[in-house]
Amino acid sequence: MLKEKKELENIAVYCIEASIKNTATNCEVKVENIISETVNLRNKKIENSDRSDILSVDIATYVNKKKSSTQFTYIDKENTNIMIEKCIEATKLLPDNKFNSLPDKKLLAKNVDDLLLFDKSTISNEKKLEYLKEVEDAALSNELIYQTNGSSFKQSKSNFIIANSDGLLSGYKKSEFSSFTDLVAKKNGSGMERDYYYDSKTYLEDIIKPKDLGNNAAKLAVRKLNPKKTKTESIPIIFEKRISKNILEILSSAISGSSFARGSSFLRKKLNSKIFPKNINIIDDPLIKKSIYSMPFDKEGVKSEKMYLVKNGILENVILDTYYAKILNKESNGRASGLSNAFFEPGGKSYDDLFDCGKKLILITDIMGTFGNSTTGEFSCGATGLYYEQDSFYPINNFTLGGKIEDIFNNIVLADDLDFKYSKNCPTALITEGLVVGGY
Amino acid sequence: MNDFFKKTDLTRNEVEKIIDETLLNKDDGELYLQNSINENIILDDGKIKNTNFNKTYGMGFRGVTEDVTAYCHTNSIDKNSLIDASKNINSTLKSFKSYKHNNSIRKTNEKLYSDHNPIEAKTLKEKINLLNTVDQYLRSKSNLIKQVTASISTEKKNIEIIKTGGMTLSDNQPLTSFKISLIMKKGSKNTQGSYAAGGRMTFDSYVNENNWKHVCDEAFRQAEMNLDAIKAPAGEMDVVLNNGWSGVLLHEALGHTLEGDFLYKKTSVFHDQIGNKIGNENITVVDEGNISGRRGSLNIDDEGEKTQRNVLIENGKLIKFMHDRLSAKLTKNTPTGNGRRQNYMFAPMPRMTNTFMMNGKNTREEMIKSVKKGIYVDALGGGSVDIVSGQFNFGVNNAWLIENGKLIAPVEGATLIGSGPEVIKKIEMIGNDLKLDNGFGTCGKSGQLVPVGLGIPSCKVLMTVGGSKA
Repeated sequence: MLKEKKELENIAVYCIEASIKNTATNCEVKVENIISETVNLRNKKIENSDRSDILSVDIATYVNKKKSSTQFTYIDKENTNIMIEKCIEATKLLPDNKFNSLPDKKLLAKNVDDLLLFDKSTISNEKKLEYLKEVEDAALSNELIYQTNGSSFKQSKSNFIIANSDGLLSGYKKSEFSSFTDLVAKKNGSGMERDYYYDSKTYLEDIIKPKDLGNNAAKLAVRKLNPKKTKTESIPIIFEKRISKNILEILSSAISGSSFARGSSFLRKKLNSKIFPKNINIIDDPLIKKSIYSMPFDKEGVKSEKMYLVKNGILENVILDTYYAKILNKESNGRASGLSNAFFEPGGKSYDDLFDCGKKLILITDIMGTFGNSTTGEFSCGATGLYYEQDSFYPINNFTLGGKIEDIFNNIVLADDLDFKYSKNCPTALITEGLVVGGY
Repeated sequence: MNDFFKKTDLTRNEVEKIIDETLLNKDDGELYLQNSINENIILDDGKIKNTNFNKTYGMGFRGVTEDVTAYCHTNSIDKNSLIDASKNINSTLKSFKSYKHNNSIRKTNEKLYSDHNPIEAKTLKEKINLLNTVDQYLRSKSNLIKQVTASISTEKKNIEIIKTGGMTLSDNQPLTSFKISLIMKKGSKNTQGSYAAGGRMTFDSYVNENNWKHVCDEAFRQAEMNLDAIKAPAGEMDVVLNNGWSGVLLHEALGHTLEGDFLYKKTSVFHDQIGNKIGNENITVVDEGNISGRRGSLNIDDEGEKTQRNVLIENGKLIKFMHDRLSAKLTKNTPTGNGRRQNYMFAPMPRMTNTFMMNGKNTREEMIKSVKKGIYVDALGGGSVDIVSGQFNFGVNNAWLIENGKLIAPVEGATLIGSGPEVIKKIEMIGNDLKLDNGFGTCGKSGQLVPVGLGIPSCKVLMTVGGSKA
């Protein structure tokens, strides 16, 4: 049974009181209980079941401007006392760091709206198996799907409390239902190819229909079959949505408070400067109802609100927690837990129109390795895709993409097909020039 | 040894009884108990921002019949949790009417590392002072150094595995890691360098003055080299890899595809190739979990099996896969001591330990001389692989352009890609300078991270380079 609010609050309050009694000047605590149940199916047969029930405590203690932290999963009074004593002992040994502090009280979230982040329905392991059998039936009905690499259904429920010695005491329950399938496709005389599809929702009733999950994954795996190699050339590139989201991932890493404060971002001088074409807007909205990525406040208790990261191509905000905000002489914008539901506003072209940009182009369907380096600004990764020329296309693999992250930002054209599936969301994106494909 | 049941409402006898009742009518399984502590101290931006001390405590109860695994884990070690876990396992495996219970295990008394606690080797104050000294040492090297991150992580991980009949196996797995990363800036250009040292020997074996200075010097060398780097070329070309950490090539291109779960699932590109010649005559690849003190070494794996030397590929011929107990059973092999898990929250699976290639005959100079146009890789980054298609990639931190047998200039921003079955046929020259890495490898598979070791002699191989110069 998921631990109720009162029980978590009691642990949190005990930790704060014990820390203060042990001469900490300030203290913050997170107590969290997560219970999850997962079932895996492979080739229509159960492969494994997994049940997890974890209660964990994270404590940060301050002695004036010194700070240290501890995490533990062994929660009885004696061990809790030992861990707190040890943490404070360590804190006292550290040098002062003037930027260490609890968040400003005026920024803490109050009267939080219900964002509908918890569904109390449950799904039994038997029902999960029935769902997964339907997924694999659909996938394996495609004659090019040779076998499944595994399909899983996970139900996860959590409850947490964050508290600090300034009186913060807040938390809520969350739920997440997710389903996944990974398929292997094979055609006579060709090698094997794999691909996957997944869905993840706060409410059980919203999860993708099993047939759709199986069919979507099958289509993705099958289109990779019989790949050709491609030659080294400069060519327009289109990133599918599941790849284009990485553009926002690399941006978020480059505009994090830490990379600005530490000077380690290739964008460190670009606040209030143009980094994208002027029709590009990027927003982070933590308050979207029923999204698994939503959060009314961050892990420090600071309220999170909708915010422009990029407006008309100009970088307007960086991602700040209390510590890095103080170093940069700003206020926290409630992003100690990072971005929540970040997205590019959709562009003006239809998906099909993007393909009219030239005689030939490559649609990137999968990448390997990291999507760029936010310190050097270099971009290089392995890729898989479809080569389009003269109204026909064929699969290609085993090639690289190289360039600068700036080339991607400056030459981006967006389709109008934005949807919210990830924490970072981007429509299908055309990069008109600047990237080099490395092949034979 | 830890007594996991001292402070619980359970006695060891009761625990053994529940294990027997649950597992004697299954093929296999165990109760895995973990009590570990770790300490991380990070100096960044000239200051110790935070120190962190963690205690991980919990149990994972596993039952296996045929190819089905039921696993339950929790950090509450008490009677109710254990009984619930037992019920859960029985519920998943209830449809099996027959079973072949096997609790035999290959034991060992060999100790590849001593029972020590690296966290207590130095006081916190001493470690903080050391990091400050390291910071000063590095920053005095050049005023182009803009950022230094230095960290010391130490861990003491106690595990105990209880099987049916009260059979108990335990180990204390110490681990130390000292890491440096730095950023240099020249004009508008940022470059990075990073290096580390670590393993299961005593703290002082890795963090003595000689060693930490070597780690700093190497990280600095990498960052400085890239200040004047030019764009990397793109396309297929000869690549000369240096010895040591370049073993990540083996790990990604071959190692993962030789893990036993991909054999019984028939998803590895090599699943039907045992006994066949898959590479050149000069290639012998070994995974060896019982090398003294290495980061990837273990006295026993996370199922209690002793670790051992496994020759995977011998003179180009595929000899065997790496197995845990489940993949060994399903493929009628014996376990190879490769059943590993990140912690009590995960069931074990076949994983690498220390993976390396045996020496060849060539020198690195001969290899570079033989290249008309290509690159020499001085420091590889991390990589990944798709075991089904065999495609792999890795990042390059430092490389040199080779033209007509000579090193021309450092190049930056390259990724290397290839496919395992192809690349093993394209290793043309192998050096006589096998070296194991400095002890900083971490391997991820299905969301589980485990420490591993790597090694390779210098070698020359045809691969695709992903630079930005067409």
